[in-house]
Amino acid sequence: MPKTVHGLAAALPLANVDTDVIMPKRFLITITREGLAEGTFADLRFHEDNTPRTDFVLNTHPWHEARILVVGDNFGCGSSREHAVWGLVQLGVQGIIGTSFAGIFYDNARKNGLALAMVSPEVRDRLMHAASHEDGVNYTIDIENRVIRMGEAKLPFEMDDATQTAHLEGRDDTLNSLEFADAIRKYESGLGERQRVRVIQ
Amino acid sequence: MSRTLYDKLVDAHKVCDLPDGDMLVYVDFHIMNEYTSPQAFSGLDQKGLSVWRPEAHLSVVDHVNATRQRDPHDAASKLLIDNLEANCKKHNIAFYGLGDRRQGIEHVVVPEQGLVAPGMLIACGDSHTTTYGAFGALGFGIGTSEVEHVLATQTLRYKRLKTMLVKIDGDIAPGVTAKDIIMKVVQVVGAGGANGYAVEFSGSAIRAQEMSGRMTICNMAVELGGRAALIGADQKALETIKGRAHSGTLDFGGLAWNSDAGAEYDTMFEIDAAEIAPLVSWGTSPDQSVPVDSLVPAETEGMTPKAREALNRALNYMDLRAGQAITDIEIDSAFIGSCTNSRIEDLRAAASILQGKKVAGSVNAIVVPGSTYTRLQAEAEGIDRVFIEAGFDWRPESGCSMCLAMNDDIALDGERIASSTNRNFEGRQGRGARTHLMNPEMVAAAAIHGRIADVREFLSEGAE
Ligand code: SF4
Repeated sequence: MPKTVHGLAAALPLANVDTDVIMPKRFLITITREGLAEGTFADLRFHEDNTPRTDFVLNTHPWHEARILVVGDNFGCGSSREHAVWGLVQLGVQGIIGTSFAGIFYDNARKNGLALAMVSPEVRDRLMHAASHEDGVNYTIDIENRVIRMGEAKLPFEMDDATQTAHLEGRDDTLNSLEFADAIRKYESGLGERQRVRVIQ
Repeated sequence: MSRTLYDKLVDAHKVCDLPDGDMLVYVDFHIMNEYTSPQAFSGLDQKGLSVWRPEAHLSVVDHVNATRQRDPHDAASKLLIDNLEANCKKHNIAFYGLGDRRQGIEHVVVPEQGLVAPGMLIACGDSHTTTYGAFGALGFGIGTSEVEHVLATQTLRYKRLKTMLVKIDGDIAPGVTAKDIIMKVVQVVGAGGANGYAVEFSGSAIRAQEMSGRMTICNMAVELGGRAALIGADQKALETIKGRAHSGTLDFGGLAWNSDAGAEYDTMFEIDAAEIAPLVSWGTSPDQSVPVDSLVPAETEGMTPKAREALNRALNYMDLRAGQAITDIEIDSAFIGSCTNSRIEDLRAAASILQGKKVAGSVNAIVVPGSTYTRLQAEAEGIDRVFIEAGFDWRPESGCSMCLAMNDDIALDGERIASSTNRNFEGRQGRGARTHLMNPEMVAAAAIHGRIADVREFLSEGAE
């Protein structure tokens, strides 16, 4: 797992971009994680007849190659669908810079190595502005040092310790947690009879 | 030291601290649906893991199933439904599928089956799992990777949230419902205003609500970004879960699940219940709502360019004019359903408006009871007749249906819907569809008028 995310940044200034917009429901009828790149932002990227919408930033030069998105407030709100994160990653997005992210989206991103950098509104606006320049600009999200590098500038971002560790180690959380199986068994042994849910089949 | 209800719930479920700063919390009960679980089961298979405690999970079919008939409407939805059933069989997990009286929208089914009690920690691969906070239980939505984690370990990695108290005192006016209370909260706190917070609701207006209304309030707390919503347990909460299939099997301490007097919160909001009017959303975010007797908002002097752009984008998508009266907005469809407002109490309330009235000829009106059990109860009470005689399409199967349009109930491009659901996002009910959120009585009133209507006119009629 990389300790930095480096690449071209695209500005997506809309606030409250929800998971229905990131991954419309028609792409959710699947039992695998694959094949979701085409669904990502589908209604913003394509007309109904599947021709690209030229007014959407990721369809324009140079941003069709963007690796980083700079986004509006409250990105990823709405449903819990992890498909939204899978799709973004499959589209090539490796990092997102914003002021606030919905909680479930934030956790889903961490599980899939998508780095979410939380910055102040001032920093976001500055990065958004710079990312809109027609030549395109590259940013580096340095996870280890929790800074975004833009040329010589170093701008701090927020990321909790556990999320940072998960990104740096790139571990599998499920397998890692099973190392604490004894603690789980001990907790369970302290549960009363009527604290053990048994769903009637 | 005084503790908040939220902190008590987290403390009681903490299994251990983890070296990286997270903790493991124990999940008492976990619910799955057909669309956010398949990849979790395949994850288990790939890693060669088994389910830690199969009896603590329940699967229901709700998101993709058809509601006009029992059989899946297409091969893709059938695949998802069959896949869930096969996974449950394989791992010996309870499965409430099509044709089962217990089937329905997960958040309607769980309380109905008595599978919630104050003090529980409940997780589900669905954001509206906040609903269970109405009972003083900690419910929250998780992603598919976390579903895999709960299946394999019966725990979740967890980071404690900040706490927010929303206190609502006073009496609500006639015509105002729990839906309006929570839409008001979303308006005040803002969509995303509670990101990173667990939100507790208190105050006399909350206490006065029955459990159905409290569930509506906690359900939509996720629209302000709350990862958890909570209301302290009281006698009402305990009464409501009596006489259910699982009643008597669960006891986590009942009335103990309340915040201590003097407990401190990271942030607090106060709202005067008397000032809440029946609300209607005009935009594409749940915080974009106004009282039904007011106007579609217009640009104002001090507006930032960003706010102006957001307003105009929403108006453009919704095809509305600034300054237009809300009650002048004509609708194409009316939808009563979803985990926010499809319980028996919601159906009774909407039926009381429809009694003896007819849906406007131009309106396509649909009602989808939240669960099969709810539908059967409504039919026993004759509520189905009221809907049908008024011109509503009373669906014989239950599910999420047009709340998110993952089945065949998809709104057309440009279709305008008065909807008792929780999200008015672009494309939510169909590509290009325009959703106006409101309470179920208001949906009924809008269906009758063919345009958005003030439900209070109907109330005074009844009083004459
Ligand atoms: S009814 Fe709507 S909001 Fe509720 S679980 Fe179903 S899709 Fe989600």
